[in-house]
Amino acid sequence: MDLVGRPADAGRVAFEREASSSRAPSAPFAGAPNGEHAQSDADAVASRAQTSKMRTEELRAFFGRSEVIRGITLPIPEKKVTAIIGPSGCGKSTFIRCLNRMHEVVPGARSTGKVLLDGQEISRGVDPVRIRRRVGMVFQKPNPFPTMSIRDNVLAGLRLNGLRPKDPASLVESALRRVALWDEVKDGLGRSGLSLSGGQQQRLCIARTLATEPEVILMDEPCSALDPIATARVEELIHELQSSYTIVIVTHNMQQAARVSDYTAFFYMGELIEHGRTDAMFTRPRQQKTEDYITGRFG
Amino acid sequence: MGGSEAAFSVEARDPVERFHTDREYEQQLTSLREQVLFMGACVEELLTGAVEAFQERDTERARRVATLDRQVDRLEVDIDDACLQVLARRQPVASDLRFVTTALKVVTDLERIGDLATNICARVIELGAHTSSAGRETIGKMADTTRSMLRDALDAFVAGDALRAQAVIERDARVDKLYADLFPLLIARMTSQPEIVDQAMRVLSIAKHLERIADHATNLAEMVVFMVKGEDVRHARGGDVRG
Repeated sequence: MDLVGRPADAGRVAFEREASSSRAPSAPFAGAPNGEHAQSDADAVASRAQTSKMRTEELRAFFGRSEVIRGITLPIPEKKVTAIIGPSGCGKSTFIRCLNRMHEVVPGARSTGKVLLDGQEISRGVDPVRIRRRVGMVFQKPNPFPTMSIRDNVLAGLRLNGLRPKDPASLVESALRRVALWDEVKDGLGRSGLSLSGGQQQRLCIARTLATEPEVILMDEPCSALDPIATARVEELIHELQSSYTIVIVTHNMQQAARVSDYTAFFYMGELIEHGRTDAMFTRPRQQKTEDYITGRFG
Repeated sequence: MGGSEAAFSVEARDPVERFHTDREYEQQLTSLREQVLFMGACVEELLTGAVEAFQERDTERARRVATLDRQVDRLEVDIDDACLQVLARRQPVASDLRFVTTALKVVTDLERIGDLATNICARVIELGAHTSSAGRETIGKMADTTRSMLRDALDAFVAGDALRAQAVIERDARVDKLYADLFPLLIARMTSQPEIVDQAMRVLSIAKHLERIADHATNLAEMVVFMVKGEDVRHARGGDVRG
């Protein structure tokens, strides 16, 4: 993949950022405790040589009176891929929607507990729009804005955030290069985003997320609507992005979790059953429930 | 949340209790297990026959028993193929993955045991009706222990019994000791009775084969421990020189 114009660099020359949103990873929010909190043994596995980019503590999420996340404490290591697996309805999508304040968008939805980003509590008291720019999201179905061109789709996230890129052309190019889509679309940037194949659309949506320079990328079943080749391309992209971003991926596809992630968390009925290194998880899980689920013995 | 325990606690599961959601997958794994067992039974029969042919100096029996090796070789190929099919088409994980990769390795050791037992048959045929008793008693003891090791390793594989497998591993030293003791004994006999050198060398070779078979049975047992507990216990006994 072409590494020219990585978005972190391109962004700096391409447009002005608000001074307050500096994203130097070594200096998180002033006055915030740095990264690691009191070390519970829950994340000993993940944090042995790792700092947590994000972390939930006793996170509970509700839809009305029903509790769908039941007290989950989970570290999300920086610049690693964390996969969340579990049967339908186990709360994995709700969980990642809590990580960027999307859960609260649903009427009647609320959450308790903490969500920390660089050690700072973000689940209340901060502007959700700012959080969503730092913690971007890619959805199950590719959802380019139907009335917009490819070019405008890439820039849409920035514009929605009220940012005016200085050099939109180079920003569009670098974001599209980053997702390996540039060569396929460079001659038709004015075409509708919907003119692309499903796999290309999904990469366009990832480019749209990258253009806002997030620090964390949440992916909710990003390949479930894609064929195996398009899936392989997205997975390759995940490997590429991992050096610059912290990634959390929700997937029904166990093999995908095994292929792309460094850490895997298994959720069942709103609880975290097991969390650890992916290599151990798929060869010798510690919990019988995990074993039964990943081998297909879940009754 | 149990994500922080240092030790793995997945124990041998009751095979009756936890079936795969997909029955056909369950059936594939069951039939793979049965094939490995059948191959194990063939190898046991081959080894037992070879040892008894030696004890009775029965060259006819040795010839008959040796033909079993063909079947063992065929089974190795079939089981390898069945394992590849499961790996390619089912992408097994966790205990299923450990079972399939263990089966792949088990058949290699079983095949080697088959070859070594066939070699014993060949030595028995060469010995013919020679009746020198040199080493016969020790070989009998070695054969008993080696056969019980093979049997227990296979039983442990079927039952997913790591404890029984561990006991097999510990018994290997006994066979090594018998072989080490036999060696100077036969040398002494050869020195005092040069006319039996020819026979004694063959007896020594049979002892060596049995000692190697015990090593392979030990390998099987180590794989069973891995399959059950997910722990690799190979090479855990330090740098002792074996055999």
